[in-house]
Amino acid sequence: MLELAIGIILGCCALGAGAAMIAGIGPGIGEGNAVAKACEAIGRQPECKGDVTTTMLMGCAIAETTGLYALVIAILLIFFAPGRFVDILMTAIG
Amino acid sequence: MNTKSKLFRLVDLCLLGMILLPLVAGIALQVLTQPVSGGLEISGAYIYCTIPLPFQELPITESQVNSWLVMVSVLGLCLYLTHGLAPKAQTRRQLAAEWIVEKADGLVRQNMGEYFKGFAPFIAAILALSAFSSLLSLIGLYPPTSDLNVVGGWALLVFFLITFYRFKAGPVQYLKAFADPPLLAPLNVISEVATPVSMAFRHYGNVLSGSIISALVATALQGLSAIVLGWLPGVLGQFPLLQIGLPAILSVYFDLFSGYLQAFIFAMLTMLYVAGAFPADVYAQRQARKQRKTQPHTN
Repeated sequence: MLELAIGIILGCCALGAGAAMIAGIGPGIGEGNAVAKACEAIGRQPECKGDVTTTMLMGCAIAETTGLYALVIAILLIFFAPGRFVDILMTAIG
Repeated sequence: MNTKSKLFRLVDLCLLGMILLPLVAGIALQVLTQPVSGGLEISGAYIYCTIPLPFQELPITESQVNSWLVMVSVLGLCLYLTHGLAPKAQTRRQLAAEWIVEKADGLVRQNMGEYFKGFAPFIAAILALSAFSSLLSLIGLYPPTSDLNVVGGWALLVFFLITFYRFKAGPVQYLKAFADPPLLAPLNVISEVATPVSMAFRHYGNVLSGSIISALVATALQGLSAIVLGWLPGVLGQFPLLQIGLPAILSVYFDLFSGYLQAFIFAMLTMLYVAGAFPADVYAQRQARKQRKTQPHTN
């Protein structure tokens, strides 16, 4: 029975980490759009390539934030949560 | 070259040692203290020792020690570059030092304006510390920037700076800025707190995810080459054939490019947030009012 409980904890942590990383879709689409527009802008005005590139990198970094929140949650779920939850289970059982 | 005295060369040698010795010391410390692990192991920073303090124990971790080593190394680099400065640039290192200072000055002036031109050393320090910390993973050390505590400390510093410059126009103005559209005041408070959190998570998440992916790929290649060559006898069977090239290509992106990019983004965001927090026009009005108030007394 205990093995089953621990197995459920581990499996659900892995599933949760995978589900959290669905958030990676959003920054991917957003950054793709940003880079496409930046390429268009550079094509139209090659002389302001430096400014456009800097601004694009900044925008990409900001757009990445939600993806990184998801990444942090996934890392916590994989590396820290199983141990914590198993500990809680053990103390509950006694 | 005979113009350089013996003392000059000796100091030069000492400074070069100051640049390189911390890195060697870091590697030695890692080899001596940490047990060698065979397979895939992703863990947090190694704790060297804990110092008992009244309320809580203070752990001295690998990331702290490595960031101190980076600080010593960067200090050595700065001293080396500026050693033997002449009014007219004659040496290559003086040209390099002048180039760095001019670039930092130009970056700060362009992004923050004339009022903040004193910020150049701070921004350059953040840039250098972050970039060199991320580059530590190139020589196999634990990069301090993949520890949330280190980067969180930097982000907290930036948060203090932002709050300081918000307060420049007085506490009333500070509170008024939060209730700009009055209904959105709670959201403004949340976004104010989210600034340092997102800065810390951004830097730490990028560096940490890079090292995790590198470790995963290296382990996968190890297993793959064991399958391909495992039937050969003796040493040939353990030859790491597939691990020769590919991890290096990944390392160019994750260690070199991503490290520099994150350092640049962190410094850039610092500049933008601090400059954006300063209410320049309100501050100017306030200074003018103060001057008008004090004028009658002096006349």
